[in-house]
Amino acid sequence: MKYTLPSTPDSYAVAVADDFAAGGAGVPVLDVDNASRSYPGEPPVQALREVNLTIGQGELVGIVGPSGSGKTTLLQLMGTLDRPTGGRVQITGLDVATMADNDLSYLRATRIGFIFQQFFLAEHATVLDNVADGLLYAGVPLKQRRQRALDALDLVGLAQRPHARPTQLSGGERQRVAIARALVGHPAIVLADEPTGNLDQATGQSILALIDQLHQAGSTLVVITHDHIIAERMPRKVEILDGHIVADTGPAAPDDCRLRPSASFVQPPVSGHHSAFSIADDPS
Amino acid sequence: MTATAGRKPLQLSDLARLSSVGLGTRKLRAELSALGIAIGVAAIVAVLGLSASSQAGLLNEINQLGTNLLTVSNGQSFTGGAVELPTTAPAMIGRIPGVHQVQTTGTVSGANAYRNPYIPAPATNALTVQAASLSLLPVVATTVAQGHYLNAATAQEPVTVLGAGAAQRLGIDRIFPGERIWVGGQWLYIAGILKPAVLAPAIDSSVLVGYPAASKYLGFDGHPSTIYVRAENDRVNRVDDLLAATANPENPNQVNVSQPSSALVAQADAKSALNGLFLGLGAVALLVGAVGVANIMIISVLERRSEIGLRRALGASRRHVAEQFLAEALLLSALGGVAGTVIGGAATAMYALSQHWSVVIPAMAFYGGIGAALLIGAIAGLYPSMRAARLSPTEALRTV
Repeated sequence: MKYTLPSTPDSYAVAVADDFAAGGAGVPVLDVDNASRSYPGEPPVQALREVNLTIGQGELVGIVGPSGSGKTTLLQLMGTLDRPTGGRVQITGLDVATMADNDLSYLRATRIGFIFQQFFLAEHATVLDNVADGLLYAGVPLKQRRQRALDALDLVGLAQRPHARPTQLSGGERQRVAIARALVGHPAIVLADEPTGNLDQATGQSILALIDQLHQAGSTLVVITHDHIIAERMPRKVEILDGHIVADTGPAAPDDCRLRPSASFVQPPVSGHHSAFSIADDPS
Repeated sequence: MTATAGRKPLQLSDLARLSSVGLGTRKLRAELSALGIAIGVAAIVAVLGLSASSQAGLLNEINQLGTNLLTVSNGQSFTGGAVELPTTAPAMIGRIPGVHQVQTTGTVSGANAYRNPYIPAPATNALTVQAASLSLLPVVATTVAQGHYLNAATAQEPVTVLGAGAAQRLGIDRIFPGERIWVGGQWLYIAGILKPAVLAPAIDSSVLVGYPAASKYLGFDGHPSTIYVRAENDRVNRVDDLLAATANPENPNQVNVSQPSSALVAQADAKSALNGLFLGLGAVALLVGAVGVANIMIISVLERRSEIGLRRALGASRRHVAEQFLAEALLLSALGGVAGTVIGGAATAMYALSQHWSVVIPAMAFYGGIGAALLIGAIAGLYPSMRAARLSPTEALRTV
């Protein structure tokens, strides 16, 4: 499996490439600058307080924190699904605050890929069409969407079952389909929200291995998790608590941008319950 | 650069695919709510189709009976009394160019027909006793249902032929030798029973006897009261203009001239009051169907929160989401509209064929039915789709 940038990219991928060509390494993929998010109430709920986070191209970042720490809010701000009430969020140099809903949604369609804990696959559509839907809102014609979906399925190791229904797949395979859908548009950044949360440990490990492969191939990924064991293995670990970033290992040195080798990579026995690597239950 | 540069709306084919997958996910529910629309559309199409078909059937029947029949009947004087037609009138009319048949009937005043002498005198059954000429039947476009019509011999004798309605009212459904009725204090033998005469309803409720017999046995004065005239098709109007003056040159304005077929055509054109009622019912059914579609769409928006959230994350704008749900409502009601049109058309065809009418479904019913369904789908889908579009992505993605 190898991951390459498209040889015949659509106009948007060209635009993204141009941005990076122009700005070079100087333009971070994602820049969260002093961002806060509060929800109205008495008193207002401060979900995020003055968070600063810059993610460069090709990074793999684990954001870890307990339930209610604000990590999902941070993901929503990074994914432009929500806007900060204070501070600034920039995606590939574009300021989210200045963009209308239509522009923001196009930004998501072309530069951001999402992976969710619950997969969110359409049960009545084929695997191929589920993946192809990742390009639906980027204005790519159906035939091309399906062709690129096949490529993306190949990337996640499911090229042989494009016409299966999600209901015929195992949990791990479904998450692979969802990952293919996130990657099909060659986004500048992929945001994964507890990607292994609904999977058993062994399957979770294989998904993490896939994420590592994508990172090796050059993708920029952010993985949100409540599991410190998973976060520890990321080249960069950001810890969040009560809406603050309390620790950030910073961008990894070039020679360290691999998922840290750990015993977890050894396939655990099928009866993984006795494994030393059991994923801790959510503290909540 | 602006991110939306070159942003295209969803292609129609993508929208159709999205909405059909959306409906296919909840098939039974979609079918039931489409059924509501289908019933309304079917009712409307069937009402319009049936009234058009019955009209076509009637016009066809009238054409077969001939539109060239004219009737001349005695009118009223200024003082209100009946003015009898001159006995010379039939012969005079026969000489008008373009007239090829003239037949007459004459009301025998004072004579009533009863089943037997024991029936009380007031129970006349509203039957009239008429003297009839011998070639009347082809002119009024009817035939004998049973027995024989009058001929030169039976016209001299106490023999009668009953109109279709008259036979029914007298309680005679078949004739056997020697059967007779009591007319004007005299037994008359029944020779035949006629089929209904659509163009000359007066014949239906008549008891017919020959002119000579009427004079001889019933005291008939010999004046015709109705003259049936068949004219050549292309000269009907010209003959019509001349009839009154020819029939009664002294007092042409005291003669009634009419064309029975034109009255029937007018009757066929008149919309039945029931049509309005049924159309109203169809509209109510459509309205109920619309409420069903709106209801289903709102439930669908609530149930598919996570799908909406996912689509927003995949880059759908508010407009894309609204379009998707609106397209689903439109597809749902279009399916209902097509099904309703087919059902309404089939119902029309079945009934029309059973009545031997030609099947006529006005184009307005076809396009109107599907158009009304689409309009209703658009209205019913508007609010749910706005609601789906207003849902914020974070709220939509929040797991319950």
